[in-house]
Amino acid sequence: MQIVLNGDKVETSDGSTVEKLLLQLGISRDRVAVELNADIVPKSDYEKQLLSDGDKIEIVHFVGGG
Amino acid sequence: MTQTADKLIIGGREFTSRLMVGTGKYASFEQTARALEMSGAEIITVAVRRVNLDRSKESLLDYIDLKKYTLLPNTAGCYTADDAVRTCRLAREAGMSDFVKLEVLGDEKTLFPDNEELLKAAKILVAEGFTVLPYCSDDVIVCKKLEDIGCAAVMPLGAPIGSGLGIRNPYNIRIILENVSVPVIVDAGVGSASDAAIAMELGCAGVLMNTAIAGAQDPIAMAEAMKLAVIAGRLSFKAGRIPRKLYANASSPLDGLIV
Repeated sequence: MQIVLNGDKVETSDGSTVEKLLLQLGISRDRVAVELNADIVPKSDYEKQLLSDGDKIEIVHFVGGG
Repeated sequence: MTQTADKLIIGGREFTSRLMVGTGKYASFEQTARALEMSGAEIITVAVRRVNLDRSKESLLDYIDLKKYTLLPNTAGCYTADDAVRTCRLAREAGMSDFVKLEVLGDEKTLFPDNEELLKAAKILVAEGFTVLPYCSDDVIVCKKLEDIGCAAVMPLGAPIGSGLGIRNPYNIRIILENVSVPVIVDAGVGSASDAAIAMELGCAGVLMNTAIAGAQDPIAMAEAMKLAVIAGRLSFKAGRIPRKLYANASSPLDGLIV
């Protein structure tokens, strides 16, 4: 299936979860926030939050800024 | 007065340093970390952005000891209340802290705040339990409204962001200081150490800056200069300056002159 990750179309396997996606991307869950179709996914839901075809995912973190 | 007795309290938390610094525009993460160290800052601002999916890139937080600093995520780049609120919610989820530097910009050229959107966002965020530190115009009416909404501080600009023009309207800052009870922190406009000292001598609770340090020829040295300027300005304010007089007033006694 295809999801839109940070604005780009990305292929991911059926039955994927937020947790699996982060693992696949090699991103540590501690210092990021995840939005699924414009709603924040609480960290406690990462394992159970299933992804569906066409979902829009945003993964953000902190960068240098003023 | 000692520095330890003169704490800055924001959102119920105590800070010793009154200098807050940004983490943008440095040549490297190493330089960022060294400048932060030299500045003595305890509160540092960060931006919220999409992660780079190219994992070879390092992250700012790999270089920063999160036990030493309070992160103050900003909403830089947001031009509507909705975008700013969304960014703050993401920041809280990523950082597990309620502190946010709220900025809602009105225009790319001036980066001046859009006060209408700022007030709208502040109301929502305060209701959601955020500790809101808003970047705002040097306008006492806006500052009073932000205080009434429940913001933990107000952060009027000294001059446009990144301009280095210093405190362009010290009289406006004084009026704000006389009319609000929350901490007043000058955010934006500082160019040199004397600008930071002027803000503190006016009676501000603190100063927030980024470009003045990161853009200096030697950011590490400038970070130390800013640390000392903020301390000196604060002590000078607390000590109480002499009145300005038009004519001279001799410092040496007239008694016992040999002529």
